[in-house]
Amino acid sequence: MKSGGSLSIWFFIGVSLAVNGAIIFARGIYELAYPPEHQVVLYSLHANVWWGAVLLVLGLFFSLRFSPASERARTAAGKS
Amino acid sequence: MNPALLVLSSSTLVHLSPVDLVIIVFYFALVLAIGLYLKGQANTGEDFFMAGREMTAWVAGLAFLSANLGSLELMGWAGNSYKYGILAAHWYWIGAIPSMLFLALIMMPFYYVCKTHSVPGYLKLRFGQDSQALSSISFALMTVLMSGINMYAMAVVMKVVLGWDLNFSIIVSSVTVAIYVALGGLRSAIFNEVLQFFLIWAGALLIPILGLIEAGGWSGLKAKILLNLTEQHAANPGAYTHLWSTLGNFSDNPMGINWAGIVFGLGAVIAMGYWTTDFLVVQRVLAAKDLRSAELAPIIGAAFKMMVPFIVILPGLLGLALLRDGSGNLLRLVPADLAWSPAGQAQGLHGYDEVLPLMLARYCGPGLLGLGITALIAGFMSGMAGNVSAFSTVWTYDIYGALINKNATDEGKVRMGRWVTVIGVAISIGTAYLVMHAQSIMDYVQALFSFFIAPLFGTVILGMLWKRATKAGGFWGLLAGTLSSVGMYTWGKLDPSSVRYLALSDKAQDQAQNMFRALWCWLICVIVTVVVSLMTKPKSDAELKDLVYGLTPIPKQEHVNWFQSPIFWGAVVAIVFVILQIIFW
Repeated sequence: MKSGGSLSIWFFIGVSLAVNGAIIFARGIYELAYPPEHQVVLYSLHANVWWGAVLLVLGLFFSLRFSPASERARTAAGKS
Repeated sequence: MNPALLVLSSSTLVHLSPVDLVIIVFYFALVLAIGLYLKGQANTGEDFFMAGREMTAWVAGLAFLSANLGSLELMGWAGNSYKYGILAAHWYWIGAIPSMLFLALIMMPFYYVCKTHSVPGYLKLRFGQDSQALSSISFALMTVLMSGINMYAMAVVMKVVLGWDLNFSIIVSSVTVAIYVALGGLRSAIFNEVLQFFLIWAGALLIPILGLIEAGGWSGLKAKILLNLTEQHAANPGAYTHLWSTLGNFSDNPMGINWAGIVFGLGAVIAMGYWTTDFLVVQRVLAAKDLRSAELAPIIGAAFKMMVPFIVILPGLLGLALLRDGSGNLLRLVPADLAWSPAGQAQGLHGYDEVLPLMLARYCGPGLLGLGITALIAGFMSGMAGNVSAFSTVWTYDIYGALINKNATDEGKVRMGRWVTVIGVAISIGTAYLVMHAQSIMDYVQALFSFFIAPLFGTVILGMLWKRATKAGGFWGLLAGTLSSVGMYTWGKLDPSSVRYLALSDKAQDQAQNMFRALWCWLICVIVTVVVSLMTKPKSDAELKDLVYGLTPIPKQEHVNWFQSPIFWGAVVAIVFVILQIIFW
């Protein structure tokens, strides 16, 4: 959905997932190097590393797929 | 302030790190940026109130689902699944899927073809202005009150979970919602609802995944729940993990309900009423760009609704099986009034509704915790925004435009819509503080809200499917249904023993009572509508064109492949729904 503007709603969602994913992934990497004193249950699975990575990849996909540049390219291709 | 709240300030469930705060602040910045970005695209009434009627099926469908997926819903039903077991999943399956499919395939063509702006707007076309006025005034009142209750509930949760000041939470959330809805209208609300949908899954999905790993899968979870059964259900070990097999008798399940209450009270009346006539959710589908999208949107919503128990019901069951206190003993959650009493706080008790934050804190460290809390905040705020945007539309079109200023221009309506959004938020803040000083109001208003939906469904469904229903029949049926539901609730409060008549069993818990009360008031509405209609003069067929089944030519849809048709996907969702019932029978 473009909603009359150049930015799709999926672009905003992509940005949100990518930023949150990057923060969580970075925190997970930091905890690998410096394990926290108080550890959550199943800490050994390092959920923040892989879950952060999943969100980051998903977010980057949405951000790039629905970025203003690719939307413009798709519109131009549709017109030609 | 309520004495219970003073106690709450002494303890918090989780502590946020700077990383968590960054994630929360980023969320607030993003929703405000979206509101500002959409400001220039809400200049006409169609833009502001109906999002330009240009939403795709996916966007309308996810917003349709998200408008209902607030944090009260998430935390409340996770708590209910701890209390009632997997029976709580009925509210996501039989209490949603059939009615969503009914909306998509049967009712949506009428809403869409008559181009109404609201459900009260449809009542005006079908039954005249009296029915419209009755339903719109009740809806507007209840909506803005619910928004305030949402706001208050969010502030309490933030206080319990994070130790945040109540005033801080109320002011920050309400100002943010007022800004982004007043700027971008329904489009802004829908954008944020879709964003919230993704945040909720991103923030909550880890809990069932990690919980099932810890419990040893579904079979391990069932075995652990068996060990923790309450005394009442020790004789019936399937009570918490079976959907239907314990519904033969009222006393065989923790809810004190039987299959008739679930099928007829929940599935046929409450769910049908909520998903097909509550304008808060229907408004999202009316914003779809064409009829096929409007039909597909509820089907897409239904497909995702079927999955929601994975992030709501399962965490509640996992809490029942896994939660331990600091000494490693089983942690028993208790009713909120007991947990939040001074004595309960002194003993370190936790309420049922705290099961989701407790599970979040169990598995999520810094970063993930911030995302989970952001999901809860997003849920609260989009619930509030949904109420406020629906209130703004119903006020502007069905009260201001229909009763106060019938000659209002489109530009005047948009201006009114923006002001009413801000005023609606201000009234909500007032309600939030009112509830804070008299917490029992919450119970009454929530009950009243649900009362209104069941008779409204009776009126709308008869109006759509029975051309003999008359203007007088519609009005008196709606009024009789609403008054009888309030009467039954009052009777139940004044004489608790009346539950054996109202809910057919003295073992009926609150949810069971709600189901049967809705069923009776719906029946009263239908009977009164039919009797009065048969005694009064009906409208001619020409007057009912585009409003009643059989008199409404459904526009031919563009040629689409079978796998793109709403009927095909409706059938797929229905089949999966039946399979789930069998698996968890």
